[in-house]
Amino acid sequence: MTDKRDIQFTLNGKHYAEAVETRFSLADMLREQLDMTGTHLGCEHGVCGACTVLCDGEPVRACLMLGVQANGKEIITIEGLADGDELSPIQAAFRKHHGLQCGYCTPGFLTTLTAFLRDHPDPTEREIREAISGNICRCTGYQNIVAAALDAAEAMRAA
Amino acid sequence: MKSAPFTYYDPTSVPELVDLLANAEDAKILAGGQSLMPMMNMRFLMPDDVIDINGVHELNFIERENGHLKFGAMTRQKEVLGSNTVANAAPIFGEALRYVGHIQTRTRGTIGGSLCHLDPSAELPAIASLYGAEMKIANADGERTVSMDDWALAYMTPNISPEDVLVDITFPLWGQNHGYAFEEFARRHGDFAITAVGTLLELDQNQIITKVAIVVAGADVTPTRLYDVEKDLIGQIANEGTFADAANHASEIEAMTDAYVTATYRQRLAKTLTNRALISATERAKEKQND
Repeated sequence: MTDKRDIQFTLNGKHYAEAVETRFSLADMLREQLDMTGTHLGCEHGVCGACTVLCDGEPVRACLMLGVQANGKEIITIEGLADGDELSPIQAAFRKHHGLQCGYCTPGFLTTLTAFLRDHPDPTEREIREAISGNICRCTGYQNIVAAALDAAEAMRAA
Repeated sequence: MKSAPFTYYDPTSVPELVDLLANAEDAKILAGGQSLMPMMNMRFLMPDDVIDINGVHELNFIERENGHLKFGAMTRQKEVLGSNTVANAAPIFGEALRYVGHIQTRTRGTIGGSLCHLDPSAELPAIASLYGAEMKIANADGERTVSMDDWALAYMTPNISPEDVLVDITFPLWGQNHGYAFEEFARRHGDFAITAVGTLLELDQNQIITKVAIVVAGADVTPTRLYDVEKDLIGQIANEGTFADAANHASEIEAMTDAYVTATYRQRLAKTLTNRALISATERAKEKQND
């Protein structure tokens, strides 16, 4: 028995109409069905934050939402952050500050920080640490991630 | 790792929802999904039917009227945290919700979902207990109200049946000059609390305690109001000696031992956090008096 639903949504600015198996998580739908493999799955039970995407602008864990729940929503993944070849301010800051080592957790950090810096243009270091407390980096490269977030916030304020 | 197959329903109104519940044999209600989805992903739960109530928009609201604060069950934790109405009427929500998960879970997680999941260390059931909140439950036959003291029956067991749905939660408000504090200890930010203590307190002009509530979460199998300690505090002067006695009394709470933390440790935390919460709540009550 396969329960499927027809849904429509926007993904990184592009309109999609898909028939999706109802038990698929949003992350599974993105990765398996749409080949958008930039969204990474770490723990699949809402602890690691690697699968964070933006749903109507809010950071959510894509492993804890069903694909069918994307119906009518606007989803943005790591693939949608850059403007063509131009990195977003937080992506550019991660590159400058070496805010990634193996890179597995990076999509979740970037989507989380994209929403956070939009809502908090002038954060303290402590606020940034609290904001990324739901994202785990097993390379433990947090210092450079925090430095990148502070720098990106400054760059965005200047722009 | 993904859910076993299920049949998916997405009602858009409460009548449609209770009708589905009345006719389902093995259904789970999907609210914010921040606890249900992990359990389904790990196949601790394999319901035949999943009834997604994210489209039942009438369940998402915050209202303040007649000395009460009322939340629709599907109100997101982030919305509670960001609400000026809540911040003015019951600022302890803001202090407690900072400890609930992370920004990516508060965007989805709901107040009703937390109350129905009823994790013993969860902050929102603790606040509901502190206020003596009332839960409105609906099913195909009608509605009923359950008070928080009758809600938590046992470990993660709310007083609700498979054909029921939690519709809204009402919090009777305290005076505008009340003090409040929520103190929690966990090993990492966003972890489940090992123990947390919430306090509400009102003082008269002579710093005598006229009204007080204390709740301990994470120690026993359900959030626990310290009614005896509260009774002893009424009529006392709010000072360190009074609070040291109350904290000692709080350490007598029943507590769980698990693989990581002993009951004794939880009881010691109950003592320390009760003391801190009472001191902090008193300071805030005094500040309000001086405003």
